[in-house]
Formats: sequence, C-alpha cells, structure tokens
Amino acid sequence: MSTTSANPTPLGAVLNTTRAPTGARVVEPLLPDLLLTQEHQMCPGCGEPLAVRCYLDVLAELGVANRSIAVAGIGCYTSFSGTIDLDLVQALHGRAPSVATGVKRMLPDSIVMTLQGDGDMVNEGLQEVLHTAARGESITVVLLNNGVFGETGGHMTATSVIGQRTKNSLDGRDPSYHGYPILIGDLIAQLQGAAYVARGSVHNAGAVARTKKMFRRAFEAQINREGFSFVEVLTMCPTGWFIPTREGPQYMTETLGEVHIMGELKVDGRVHTTEEIHAENVARQTEIEAQLARGGLDTEG
Amino acid sequence: MTTTIKSRGTVTIDVEHCKGCELCIPACPPQVLTMSQPVNRMGFAYPELHPGCTGCAACLLVCPDFVFEVFRFAQPVEHEVES
Amino acid sequence: MSLASPTGTPAGRSLMEGSEALVRAAIAAGCRFFAGYPMTPFTEVLEHFARLLPDAGGVCVNAESELEAVGMAWGALATGARAATGSTGQGLSLMQESFSEITLAELPLVIFNMARGQQDYYQATRGGGHGDYRHIVLAPQDVAEGVELVQLAFHLADKWRNPVLIYGDYLLAHTQESISVERIDFAEPLPPKTWAVDGSTSGSGRSKSVTPLGVAKHGQPAMGQEGKAQYGATKIPFMEREVRSESEWLDDAETVIVAFGSPAKFVKYAIKQLRAAGHRIGYVRPITLWPFPYEAVAAAARGPHVQRVGSFELCAGQMIDDVRIGVAGAAPVHFIGGVSTDGSGFGVGRILDVEQVTARVLALHQGVEQPTVPGYETFGYEIQPHQMEPTR
Repeated sequence: MSTTSANPTPLGAVLNTTRAPTGARVVEPLLPDLLLTQEHQMCPGCGEPLAVRCYLDVLAELGVANRSIAVAGIGCYTSFSGTIDLDLVQALHGRAPSVATGVKRMLPDSIVMTLQGDGDMVNEGLQEVLHTAARGESITVVLLNNGVFGETGGHMTATSVIGQRTKNSLDGRDPSYHGYPILIGDLIAQLQGAAYVARGSVHNAGAVARTKKMFRRAFEAQINREGFSFVEVLTMCPTGWFIPTREGPQYMTETLGEVHIMGELKVDGRVHTTEEIHAENVARQTEIEAQLARGGLDTEG
Repeated sequence: MTTTIKSRGTVTIDVEHCKGCELCIPACPPQVLTMSQPVNRMGFAYPELHPGCTGCAACLLVCPDFVFEVFRFAQPVEHEVES
Repeated sequence: MSLASPTGTPAGRSLMEGSEALVRAAIAAGCRFFAGYPMTPFTEVLEHFARLLPDAGGVCVNAESELEAVGMAWGALATGARAATGSTGQGLSLMQESFSEITLAELPLVIFNMARGQQDYYQATRGGGHGDYRHIVLAPQDVAEGVELVQLAFHLADKWRNPVLIYGDYLLAHTQESISVERIDFAEPLPPKTWAVDGSTSGSGRSKSVTPLGVAKHGQPAMGQEGKAQYGATKIPFMEREVRSESEWLDDAETVIVAFGSPAKFVKYAIKQLRAAGHRIGYVRPITLWPFPYEAVAAAARGPHVQRVGSFELCAGQMIDDVRIGVAGAAPVHFIGGVSTDGSGFGVGRILDVEQVTARVLALHQGVEQPTVPGYETFGYEIQPHQMEPTR
C-alpha cells in the first residue's frame, strides 16, 4: 500500500532513517522519559498513546515526576498501567476519582492524576467525577474521550454524538431513542470546586501541542493548590468508529469535535464564554500555523 | 535537470514498531513522508522520509506508536533531486 | 481501688456509646482515614470518625455514596495508611465490587458493618462480590470486646494484606458503657508495606503499582489475572488459622447452642439462668465468623451427653449452614432464632427479649415446639392448597 503525496515538488530518494545522523541534535526523543517501553497494545491510529505522551512529557518538564501518582480506570489505556513509569493505583471502572481522593488526602504533597475514558468516567463513574470536582479535590483528572467503548469493540457511550454509528446504535445515535450526549467538560466547568477545565485533542500536531499546554496548566493548578483540574482529550478510535485509520482525524473533527468543542473552558476559576473559547481557538490556530511556517511547533507544554 | 532540496532536520523511523496508521503522512508540513511499498514484520507499511525535513517534530507528535526520533542539523544538508 | 472520676465513672474510663468506643479503638490502632455514608444503625460510627479523626492527624471524608466511600479508602490504603470504611449490610452491598477487587489487590481494608440484625452473615462470610476471596470477620459480643477486636482487625488486615470485617449491630453501636480504650500492642511483627505507593519511585524506572489485575510494571514478572486469583486463593487456608471462639459448659451439656455477636451475650445469660435451674446446656460462640470455628463446634457436638445443637440467630437462619458443617451429623441441628427487628427495621426485635431467648433455648432442650412470639403470628405465609400438591 502506498500513499501518493499531493506535493508538487519532487520527493527525491528515500533517505536512510535507521540510525541517528551525525552532526545533528535531538529535538524530540523517541520516548518520553516516563515511558518504560515503546510497545503497547493499542490499535493502529489510536489517539490514546498521544494523550499519554502529552501528560508524561508535561510531568517530566514540570519536574514533579518523583512525587506523582497515577490512578488508572478501566479501558484500552489501562494497558499503559504497566508501561508508564509512575507509581500507580489501579482502580475499578468509573471509580478512579474516589481512589485518587484517598491517595491525595493521605499524601497532600503528591501530584495525583487519574486516567479515564468516556465509558469509565461519563457512563459508569459520572457521579464520582462530579462530586470529586465539587469537593475541589486537588487532583488532575484526565479524560480520554473517543465517544465509544473502544475496549469492548465500539459501543455507544454517554459522549457519543447524535448520529454516531456504534455497534449498539447501528443506525446512528437517535436522541429520541438513545438520548443526548453529555458534554462532561462543560458540566464540570460549572462546579465551584473546579479551578481549571480544558478540552484538547490529538487529531493533528497543533492540537497535540496545545493539549500539552492544557496539561501543563492543569498540573500547575494542582501544584498551586487551586482546586480540581480537568483535562479532556478527544482521541481517535478508528477501530471503534469502523473507519480507516487515516480518516480518524477528519472523522473526529467532523463528529465529536463539532459537539465537544475544544478549548479552555475554565481558567483560574472563571468559566469562559463560547465567544472567548472561539476567539482563543482562532488565535491558537493562527499561532500554530505561524510556528509551523517557522519550521517547528512549540512543544514545551 | 536537478533541484537542490535542503533538509534542516531529519528523523529516525523505527519501522518495526509502526502499525501503518498513516497519521504522520498528512501531519508533515513539508510533506516529505510517504508510505512504503514493503511491509514490516507485522505486515504494516511504514513511513519513509524524503529530502526536505525541517525537524519540526509534527510526525512525532501524531505518532501513536512512538516510532520517530527527531533531529536538527547544525547546518542544513543539501540533496540533489531529479526534477 | 480506683477512684471515681468527676463524671461518676472509674478513673480512666468514660461513658460512651459503642460507636464512639469502636472509633476510638480504630484511632488507637493507627487508623488515619475513614470514608463513609450515613445509614442507620451505622451512622454514629461515621459521626465519631468525622469528629475524632482530624485531631488525630487523620481524614474523614463524607463520601457522596458508599461506592465512593470504599473507593476513597482504597486509595488511602494504597499509600500504606491504615484506613477503613463501613455501613450497614445494605450499604456494603453497594461496595461489594470494590471489596472483591481490593482483596485481589491485597489491601488491608477494615470494614465496619453495623448490621440490621444478623441478616448479613452470608454477605460477610461468603462475600457478596465476585471471585475467590475470603474476608476475616470478627463479631464482638459487646463494646468491651469490640474495642479489642477493632484493633485486632487492623492488625490482621496488615498481617494478611486482606480485608477484615467487624460485624456489629444496633446494640453494639448504640449501647452506652463505661469504657477505657487502650492501645493494644500485638506481639507479632507485621510485614513492611514495601508495596505502598508515594510517588517517590515514579520516574526511576522502578515505579510501583497497586493493582488487582495481576499486571506488573514493564520488565517485572506479572502474575496475570488468573495467577493473581490463584495467588489470592492460596492465602485462604493460612488465614483460617485466625479462628477464634469461646465456649462454656460443654462437659455435661445435653444441648449445645451456637450464637454470635450481641445476641450471643443474651444466649449466654439465658443459659446461665437455665443451668442454675439444673438444665445441662452449653454454648459455642464464634468470635470469627470466617474462619468459622468448625472444630470447636464439632468437638462440642461430639460431647458425651450431647443430644442436639441449636443455632440462635436474628435472621431466617444463615449461620446454621456452618453449624451443620461443623456438627457433621453428630447430632441433630435445629434453628431456634428468627427474623426479629424493632418497628423501624434497624434495631433488634422481641426474639431477643431475655424471656424469649430463654424460652427458645429451653424448648429445644426439652424437645418441645418453639414458642410463638406475641404479635409475630400474623406474618406467617399462608400456603395455598395447590402448593401442597406434587408438581407431577
């Protein structure tokens, strides 16, 4: 299989990319510092490893790795429990925010984060995350939202968007039959205990770079004891969406991304308006395009 | 007739860990990645690099399988390409 | 000779309800985290933890549900802290999934069940959750014993890295006694909590995980889910060594009564009165419901004069299954308890009146029909004629 490029300029020969070049410096290493191995069990084109890389990089950059504890929910990402180099407590489906609460209350100086999916958090554990946010627990809750139960093979979750076809909504999610999706980030932003709430994405390099910044602000909110912080990351699940891997980013922006609007939803305890989020999105897109034109994205969180 | 293409950076690609998702292909701003004809041991095609890399790391940022390592040259490397 | 304190209680003692004594015992044992949700008759345990834990340097979270309470305790335990949760049996039903997984994760949880009667014997000893696990279950007969057993619970939980449940009830939680809560030092070393996470090994390449799934960090040997379950199961016969029971008057007993918890104290009193009147009756009181004192019950049932064994429980008859296993046919086993609550459904009912207990034990001893309880006759299920006919 090959993909033809629309590049009008000639490509030239394939270069040797098997070994590190001489006379060059590493811009980005192969693996984040906090990943024990490159191998994982995610499907081709999965967005979850990208989100995992984002927050691992940020924890390392902030210099707080050696007091960080992760609490993992149950989903595809659970297989990272054994490969991320963080002390970890494995929780049940939906229960990670409560387990993280117990960890943080016993170790108030630690940096505690959860890792959950939309099935885990918004279906099974909705009340746990809402109450944890309302209590203002000083933890960072991470949602990998792909709008399906990926691990079971592509079933409807509470965040699946209207019209989304899944294995148990074969003709598309019909609100009169299946109900409406929950925009969990927007819901949490309304809670007084939440200090920082953002929704990022990993559908392209600019989105990944922006999501890293969101992780940085969320962890900083925890370090500064501002309250509950929440980062939702829209991730591709081509297997669960039943589409070719290369169509994942477009499918995401045209379905989930249209409903679960990306942006910083609450900063310093203030809920952002739709207009503010839109203006910020435009500004960020302009900035990313400028950075790419200069030859590299700002990836330092 | 030939054209000179400058590479400001380059990447290494761990092709045996690639699952062939192709996310890196459209992510590359100078569009110097293409998918291979041969496949790796898992049976997946993988990306190949052509001259013109800027070392921007966009490919790395979107690669779910962490196959890229990104480098920048102190001095750009020039490639002569048939046009 | 101790001097009376200003409150009229002996020096070193003070009058407090059972819930407070149990909570003070937990704190004396080093418990520093509690999360719970109010439910009668457990609620006061939560109240006292909320009031007393902060001053002891601990945390009590008023969880928004039982599901969250047990999850919070889970997280606190993973850091190596001594932590507990609790409810009544109804609330513990909600926690069962976590109990199963906490046991697989080998976390030393202490669970308080201030039960509505003795209806939670199966739940406590058989587990309401999934998988192959056992919890050590301690059933104090009164507040003084509760103060000991609560501290023993934290010790055994750490010793076996396994949950331990305190089975109490309305009487245990609410009876006021003059009590002194002293820290007990168990002369037995405990394994160090090298498995606990505090974040300090993160980023070192030797990070740790506390998990029920049998997965391990990359490069370390992993048990897998099957291996984890098998490993957990191998613990069970070792934990059986923790069996505890009390018995009395078995040498000449013609009738043996088995009873546990608060009702056992009533049974013991009734038997003492009956023995004074010349009736040769003895008893076995399981202190651990799991492991059940099968050998003690078996030995009692094989006594030279034993003709019958009675199981007195404030429920429809659950422990009687274990009594039958212990007796193993050596003597007929009869159920002499019954469902009996107060009007609210939370406390104990008329079957625990001393007159009723005495009459029931005596009726069994004399081989006559169990006495009726005034007011209970109307609750009998009326069997329809067609239900009496054979199905084929």
